[in-house]
Amino acid sequence: MKHLKTPLNGKEIANLKTGEQISLSGVIYTARDAAHRRMIEAVEKGEALPIDIRGQVIYYVGPTPAKPGQVIGSAGPTTSSRMDAYTPRLLEAGLKGMIGKGKRSPEVKEAIKKHRAVYFAAAGGAGALLSKRIKKAEIVAYEDLGPEAIYRFEVKDFPVVVVNDIYGNDLYEEAEKQV
Amino acid sequence: MRQIHINEIIENVRNLSVEINTTLSEDIVDALKKAQEIEESSIGKEVLGHLLENIRIAREESLPICQDTGLAVIFVEMGQDVHIVGGDLKEAINEGVRQGYKEGYLRKSVLDDPILRKNTGDNTPAIIHVDVVPGDSLKIKMAAKGGGSENSSAMKMMKPSDGVEGIKGFVLDVVNKAWANPCPPIIVGLGIGGNFEMAPILAKKALFRHLGDHNPAPHLAKLESELLAEVNRLGIGPEGFGGTVTALAVHVEAAPCHIASLPVAVNIDCHVSRHREIVI
Repeated sequence: MKHLKTPLNGKEIANLKTGEQISLSGVIYTARDAAHRRMIEAVEKGEALPIDIRGQVIYYVGPTPAKPGQVIGSAGPTTSSRMDAYTPRLLEAGLKGMIGKGKRSPEVKEAIKKHRAVYFAAAGGAGALLSKRIKKAEIVAYEDLGPEAIYRFEVKDFPVVVVNDIYGNDLYEEAEKQV
Repeated sequence: MRQIHINEIIENVRNLSVEINTTLSEDIVDALKKAQEIEESSIGKEVLGHLLENIRIAREESLPICQDTGLAVIFVEMGQDVHIVGGDLKEAINEGVRQGYKEGYLRKSVLDDPILRKNTGDNTPAIIHVDVVPGDSLKIKMAAKGGGSENSSAMKMMKPSDGVEGIKGFVLDVVNKAWANPCPPIIVGLGIGGNFEMAPILAKKALFRHLGDHNPAPHLAKLESELLAEVNRLGIGPEGFGGTVTALAVHVEAAPCHIASLPVAVNIDCHVSRHREIVI
């Protein structure tokens, strides 16, 4: 397993290959449906985003509330395709990585290639396990959205798999071809 | 007439809400362990190990197994000789959900309106189906159903001439399109017959069955076995990374239907298939 620290630089991203298992450490931001919609509305109005996404990784997740003493509740990935409509705009604005589950649209895959970014999958349904790898969590924007607020996570050894690399490869398509 | 006070219903639904979200039933855990033994892809085997580890952590620490603690879906079988006292049955169920999701630190995933999309803040209302049955007891079957697997589900009014082959083709198409989204290995609930609203309810009910038990009708049991083998030949595998275990089971429920119709509904459940029943 390869260990990487966020934010990821261009060379590190270029070295990532579809199917590789990666252990991520560092800062990542969360955003799912409602936060994406708000961010895109801000971009369209020419307003500043609540977080500087340049070079960053966004994790598609809506955690459960933390119990007393917990950093964060269960926090596994949600389905990425719901963010497809918004993703190319964010990649254009400098986003470099995404963590979720499931296939992306052709437009997103093209934008990943063009902007030299990466799409990772985490194990869907493994929310309790993944929460243990989140060492710090704070809400940084859109608190009114509850589970859909944007959090800043500090993760350690967060396990992901490279799905789409900058070379146009796709792990799910490769699995499909093997049948 | 047997009297059942709403407080008993509230307490049971509250406890069920927390239990199903933190402790996966043994039948599902056993099936995942078996899947780990038979899965042929190495990444698939590894992923199944992570999923089992996740289930263990959740059980030991009373954490939600998955962050999507779902919509509460509740089937009530109410004996016709039961008299509910102290208040309203459905409100009692919603109060149980409200308390369980709050006290259990579960995620609130319900919006008040599909267009306006404002979170209700307490995971209510639940989806409640009530059947009146003979007897004087009250059975509550509850599931916490995640959005990813629900979004992967589909319903189709097929032609009678499509037959069994048509039904199989539709199921395989739905599962294949869903790929990793419903967090495989999945459980497929297949509802055949009834009418436009009944087939999806049959499919949902099929997901409540003890994992791997077959439909008592031989032709439907045969369809379950054949479909399970065919789904597992799609190559999706655990989490969609490729492999030989895509589904843990296919459960079929059927009902009489119109001479012109063949309603078919496919309701997919994720590997964190959370449901239990209690009888009061």
